[in-house]
Amino acid sequence: MTRITMTVDGAQVSDDVEPRMLLVQYLREKLGKTGTVIGCDTSNCGACTVHLDGRSVKSCNVLAVQADGAEVTTIEGLATDGQLHPVQEAFRECHGLQCGFCTPGMIMQSIDLLNENPHPTEEEIRLGLEGNLCRCTGYHNIVKAVQYAAREGASS
Amino acid sequence: MIPARFDYVAPATVEEALAALAEHGDDAKLIAGGQSLLPVLRMRLNAPEMVVDLGRIESLRGVSDDGDAILVGAMTTHAEVGVDPLVAEHAALVAKAITHLADAQVRHRGTFGGALAHADPAGDLGAPVLALGGEFLVAGPGGTRTVAADDFFVDYFTTAVGEDEILTGVRLPKHTGWGAHYEKFVRIAHQWPIVAVAAAVRLDGDTIAEARVGLTNMGSTPLRARAVEEALAGQPATEDAVRRAAELAVEGTNPPSDLNGDADYRRHLAKVLTRRAVLTAAGV
Repeated sequence: MTRITMTVDGAQVSDDVEPRMLLVQYLREKLGKTGTVIGCDTSNCGACTVHLDGRSVKSCNVLAVQADGAEVTTIEGLATDGQLHPVQEAFRECHGLQCGFCTPGMIMQSIDLLNENPHPTEEEIRLGLEGNLCRCTGYHNIVKAVQYAAREGASS
Repeated sequence: MIPARFDYVAPATVEEALAALAEHGDDAKLIAGGQSLLPVLRMRLNAPEMVVDLGRIESLRGVSDDGDAILVGAMTTHAEVGVDPLVAEHAALVAKAITHLADAQVRHRGTFGGALAHADPAGDLGAPVLALGGEFLVAGPGGTRTVAADDFFVDYFTTAVGEDEILTGVRLPKHTGWGAHYEKFVRIAHQWPIVAVAAAVRLDGDTIAEARVGLTNMGSTPLRARAVEEALAGQPATEDAVRRAAELAVEGTNPPSDLNGDADYRRHLAKVLTRRAVLTAAGV
């Protein structure tokens, strides 16, 4: 077992974990943060995307021990005081989801994309979300949601 | 899927990492960003008893000026390399290839050295680094040695790095002012290239003074298309001249056949993509 300490959604946590434990397992099974989902489990689909020290990563492809000392933000850490994050709001406004399974990862990746490029073109949005798959193929409204969020200044 | 049990150390220096390799020998595996290794461990295609994490070794991160070359630390992430001003100025071909490498999340974790040491012949970094004549810095028990790009890639997933050694960085000779393009052919988003071509050219007026061309996924390692390079030198930067030179792209290749295409199809692609890559690099 290896001792790890990190900040998850603003709270400091510390646990003894097996080195083989994946970050997504740690978030879901140890911390109960089931908002971050496991989709493909092969690092393709992006459903498990979280922010690690401010950048998007696929949490099924990171060991919990590799995140020791880091700051992690999950979909559960976005809303403040009962107010949805502007990108969450945009996905709701534009109906950027069908079954909703890919949504946590889509939103986390969209936030990263807008942080880097506050006013992306449609093509830049589609490229930026390349690592996130929607099995409902609901991409059209997802792109609209990111455009809406950009117009509303979600990155500020 | 959960990897088999392993022990884990995260040394703070290259010396400590080398000591861990020396102690555990064949049972040890290095992890850099883990973007290729972790899927392998989860599918239990490999089950090392000890994983040595290079992620805490600060000296392996970053890009620096090294005289006639730039030095890219092995643990610099693809995202960091992709936006680095020294890379943009002196090794634009690498930056171009990185924009096509995997997806944003993988680029945030995956590392320059990790991807090259993994040596997947379909990986996007091998061809540009080979084309630019990169020099690989390899630390071992007896000190650091330099491996030329032509000697680094040995076979599928096999490099000149020994089991008791660590790739610490890559020197990329400066190609300042060269035009560059990476032309990658895929069927779907964030796929490994079926074939890709990395091209850098130095123009003298309307003439191609020098060219460097690397091929991705045309054999068991990344390959340098020297016949194309030689045919391009001194030629006018025109569609006709480049098309003739690109016909030589298949010389010395041994492309695989798989569900994405057979070897003949890949040979065809190599010619077409070489023409496109060179013409775009030349700004034609």
